Amino acid sequence: MSDASQPIVRARNLSKSYGTTRALDHVSFDIEAGRIVGLIGPNGAGKTTALKAILGLTDFEGELSVLGFDPRRERARLMEHVCFIADVAVLPRWIRVSEAIEFVAGVHPRFSREKCEAFLRHTKIQPGMRVRELSKGMIVQLHLALVMAIDARLLVLDEPTLGLDILYRKSFYESLLSDYFDENKTIIVTTHQVEEVEHILTDLVFIREGRIALAATMDEVGERYAEVMVNPDKAEAARALKPLNERQVFGKSIFLFDGIERARLAALGELHKPSVADLFVATMKGTYA
Amino acid sequence: MNHQDSATTQRALPRFDSRLGRTLPLMLKREYWEHRGGFFWVPVWICVAILVVTALGILTAEVFNARANVHMGFSLQDLHEHMTANDLAQAGNALDMAQLMFGALTCVSLFFVLFFYLLGALYDDRRDRSVLFWKSLPITDTETVGSKVLSAMFVAPLIAFVVSTAAYVVFLVLVCLWAGIHGVNALPAVLAAHPFGMFWRLLLTIPVDALWALPTIGWLLFWSAYARSKPFLWAVILPIVAVAVNGWFSMLGLPHVGGEVALKSVVGRLLLSVMPGSWIGNGAGMFGAHRFSFGDDEHVLTIFDPGRVYALLATPGLWLGVVAGLALIAAAIWSRQRRIETAT
Repeated sequence: MSDASQPIVRARNLSKSYGTTRALDHVSFDIEAGRIVGLIGPNGAGKTTALKAILGLTDFEGELSVLGFDPRRERARLMEHVCFIADVAVLPRWIRVSEAIEFVAGVHPRFSREKCEAFLRHTKIQPGMRVRELSKGMIVQLHLALVMAIDARLLVLDEPTLGLDILYRKSFYESLLSDYFDENKTIIVTTHQVEEVEHILTDLVFIREGRIALAATMDEVGERYAEVMVNPDKAEAARALKPLNERQVFGKSIFLFDGIERARLAALGELHKPSVADLFVATMKGTYA
Repeated sequence: MNHQDSATTQRALPRFDSRLGRTLPLMLKREYWEHRGGFFWVPVWICVAILVVTALGILTAEVFNARANVHMGFSLQDLHEHMTANDLAQAGNALDMAQLMFGALTCVSLFFVLFFYLLGALYDDRRDRSVLFWKSLPITDTETVGSKVLSAMFVAPLIAFVVSTAAYVVFLVLVCLWAGIHGVNALPAVLAAHPFGMFWRLLLTIPVDALWALPTIGWLLFWSAYARSKPFLWAVILPIVAVAVNGWFSMLGLPHVGGEVALKSVVGRLLLSVMPGSWIGNGAGMFGAHRFSFGDDEHVLTIFDPGRVYALLATPGLWLGVVAGLALIAAAIWSRQRRIETAT
């Protein structure tokens, strides 16, 4: 970790198998500082395995460097700079809120008790409560409070809002953006609720069957992909341009194109920026078939 | 970049000591928070139960006394009137035995507490997935396992010792009050006892208990870290089956480990050594060359004389156990680095 221009995460030929299934198949990618990267893929595509490798929670083949550390050998030191919220509430159920704060404050050199307590003041969580007495949404609030009080350089979120209602989900991402994120921090997030993170992402990575199906910045995605709403009379012309996907809405066809000139598409019909969800569905076509 | 250079220097070696000095007490505290019930409340309730039984005994004696003027046990009246130096010494001895009994009974409960604590220590957090939270903190797996080893060796036994000592003090107060009601001054008997001598003698057995317990600590922690499910079955049934199969092989004249006794003693050391004082009277088998037993009419003070207790350190059995224990603990750390998921 000598050069600031070095990526936060650098993976080369990352592979991992469970028995005969290949969870990661020679995956290479870089994640730069100050980005919010959405790691998106169908169930069992290898998202969680990739995150586990980054966090030093699993063995793997290939090269991986996170903040200049080898996560396999230097997990404890890496964790001084990395925070992690897993897909379900993983806070131990027996612990009291005050004990959790005392423990993290004691073992984490970059934790600010003031920040954590200030954040908790906006919630109904009391210091004497045990985690098992909290609702799922409150547990995530507590975990987020602990994590946001740590001045970490990389935050990894694995389905952080799974099972939460819309109010908690909204406020989760709002606090993350307004109270936590800045240009020195990097966030990697996996989620199935793509619509909810779409507007906060700077980068998009699609994973499919252990391989990277798409890795691009959101700007690049906006430039490369376009959705066109086409009247039936021009549908054949649109199909000739080999769209990624076609769907019908109110008697019109909506085509998704990759890397076709705007001018040509504009002649066919009304242009839109495709949603990540539509892009995802088009890219993953046939995954479960 | 400057920022990162300074971060690198900060990670230089001298930081290690100060960091461990800060995190270790907290990690032991964490174990206590999670296991307050076993470490603190179990000895408390055991002692409360003994005290209640004692109080009930006193009450019963009083009731019988009042009804028929029957003397139960030693008569306080006699004590009062014919107290000789010998009687006093015997009363003192009885009190010393009572002090030992408070310690011993809490130790029996400590055995069960420690056994199940160690079996769950590296398994329960994998089962409820909170291991993912602990592993998201800058703590090495060696530190995690180490904090559990130290809790089992020292934290829980010391808490149990403090509780049983406090209970003995309450017991002395009860006895003095009872004697006082009958106009007997029990203080001479208390003075004839050796509460302080007993206190530090029993305290000094804790390090010996701790070293003696290492093979069991290592064995249980290893299965706790390694088993995908049911660590109890692996840790307990496996060695028992091994002994049974070995016995069966020897019966059929097939190749087997010679010396039934030796194998049983190894299994005993793997499973039962967390019982405080289990090294007492361990005379047989490969691991127990040392002879240490209760004499016929030796005073408890002599039995727990540090010179005799620490003679155990001169026996190979203890050190073989320590080496085996450390190897198993290393295996537990190795497992902890690799195993996260459980089967259930």
